[in-house]
Amino acid sequence: MRPTFSIIFFTVASGAGYGLWILSGWLSLLAPRLADDRNAWAATDLVGAALCAGFLLVSAGLFSSLAHLGQPQRAWRALSQWRSSWLSREGVAALLCYIPAGAMLLACILGGWATGDAIDTRSSNWLLRMAGSRGAGGILLLLAIVTLFCTANIYASLKPIRAWHNRFVVPAYLVLGIYSGVLWLWLLIGMTQAPTTSSSLLIGICAAAIAAGLLKLAYWQFLDKPGAAAPDATGLGALGTVRSVEQPHTEENYLTHEMGFRLARKHARKLRALVLAFGFGMPALLAVLALVLPSAGAWASWLAVLFGMGGIFIERWLFFAEAKHVVMLFYGARSG
Amino acid sequence: MTTLPPPTARKLGLVIDLDICVGCHACAVACKEWNDGGSFGPLPDSDPYGAEPDGVWFNRVHTYEISGIGNGESGIAGKPRVGKRESGIEKAGAAHKSPCAASIPHSPLPIPVATQTVHFPRSCLHCETPACVTVCPTGASYKRAEDGIVLVDEDKCIGCQLCAWACPYGAREFSAKRGVMQKCTLCVDRIYNETLEPADRQPACVKACPTRARHFGDLGDENSNVSKLVAERGGYALMPELGYQPVNRYLPPRPRRDASQPKPTSHPEPPDEMPMPPLLRWIDRVLSR
Repeated sequence: MRPTFSIIFFTVASGAGYGLWILSGWLSLLAPRLADDRNAWAATDLVGAALCAGFLLVSAGLFSSLAHLGQPQRAWRALSQWRSSWLSREGVAALLCYIPAGAMLLACILGGWATGDAIDTRSSNWLLRMAGSRGAGGILLLLAIVTLFCTANIYASLKPIRAWHNRFVVPAYLVLGIYSGVLWLWLLIGMTQAPTTSSSLLIGICAAAIAAGLLKLAYWQFLDKPGAAAPDATGLGALGTVRSVEQPHTEENYLTHEMGFRLARKHARKLRALVLAFGFGMPALLAVLALVLPSAGAWASWLAVLFGMGGIFIERWLFFAEAKHVVMLFYGARSG
Repeated sequence: MTTLPPPTARKLGLVIDLDICVGCHACAVACKEWNDGGSFGPLPDSDPYGAEPDGVWFNRVHTYEISGIGNGESGIAGKPRVGKRESGIEKAGAAHKSPCAASIPHSPLPIPVATQTVHFPRSCLHCETPACVTVCPTGASYKRAEDGIVLVDEDKCIGCQLCAWACPYGAREFSAKRGVMQKCTLCVDRIYNETLEPADRQPACVKACPTRARHFGDLGDENSNVSKLVAERGGYALMPELGYQPVNRYLPPRPRRDASQPKPTSHPEPPDEMPMPPLLRWIDRVLSR
């Protein structure tokens, strides 16, 4: 499948954004515990910054996805068919996420940043009380997971593409979303001087990197395994060996352009190694370094985001480029 | 609405005879011509007269060579369609090793005897459970409850192209010029068109086919001509294992005469015993030389 920049950027950026929103929701669920901390205001700061960065990443991603459409001005129509379409479900979930995220952000700005207090669950303003409550955080956490789940299922539900229609795709989208979110959270902790830059976060980064790496390794192993029998596209295979001797068109058409993309497979091995080494290995190493040398934390977090996001970008490019579509069997491809 | 209608009683579709299709592309051209001006058109091309013309066609005609055909048996429908390790189709240009590459006696060229060319028109199969419809986020893609035709409402389509990814048959092509997805309409603007003569109320591709390799009708009705044809010739569906339940059917090529064997010698008729007029007798003598 042809890797399109708008879709790759969309899934990578919004994946990181939803990862951050998942973590914001999780942090706010911990809020009462954090509020006991004498630096509680900083925790509010951190949740606010994470919500903000998540907002920017998710919005940039969603705008980028519009660039892929032939008729972007009709995009609102995509919210209507949630009964049957994963793409529609994703659109609905993506927009719903903005409600708890916006409410929490408002609570952070008005209730936390303005007064220098933690998210105040005892505020006299009911809206702030509600927005700053653990409920909003819980809802955001859930909706962000649901959105990532829907994004992954857009691909995982497509039977003609073996590289997408398998059990690795949904977990990979969820784990990579949370992994990139944690990397951004590390960066934000450094920027807000929040006290939560504990060893637990750095260990979390290592764990997420290892989980992501193992998941992708298992996925690539699945891809390389000669799959189940490729379908006999023309149904003529029972007669003898079928060979395409003449194409239906002399030039490239939409199908061969979109689904006959071959360039990446040549470099797939090197690119996979790059993803593992720089996308997952490097940030994990940097996290270990920060554990040992806390003073290195500031620049290490910048580097980790840079390498992590770069690696995930290549990973997503491969996710498209390595995927083969069954329709190419009609054009003489060897496997679907 | 992209949820599917309940199973339709009428299943309009095409039956394509691979035995007699000569690969002339008339169906593809007639389709492009009709639909460019029809209700679902236009079908504009980019760079139409340039070096790399590109545009939507609802119909594409492939050509395959089948080699290693067994003893004159064309039993696609009869044989169990076991999954092969690899796709049945080999890439053009791959080393060609036909097990039966014996040459025809007295032929200057080594023509493999157990080899056959099959022209293969490919278009929308109007599946009973089409994934292209259910993945559509806008409701632009739909299946008609009354006759099962799968259509795109081009005023609702946002051009996300997910339906093209979901279709294993390559039935949908995206119009870069119009920013929407386009596909075979089974000439819905012809088959119900009362301003046309009844005989013309058929898809353009069916009307155009010079060998009558294409048939249109209701495959939901056991007694329709197309259903009888399918039953008689062992018509088959494409990739049924994917579960989309295509409506269109393909009729497999009939077994060919084995060209490596000499033709059964024809015995000339014995000369006429009846007395002939002298002129005819002379002509007979001249022609018999």
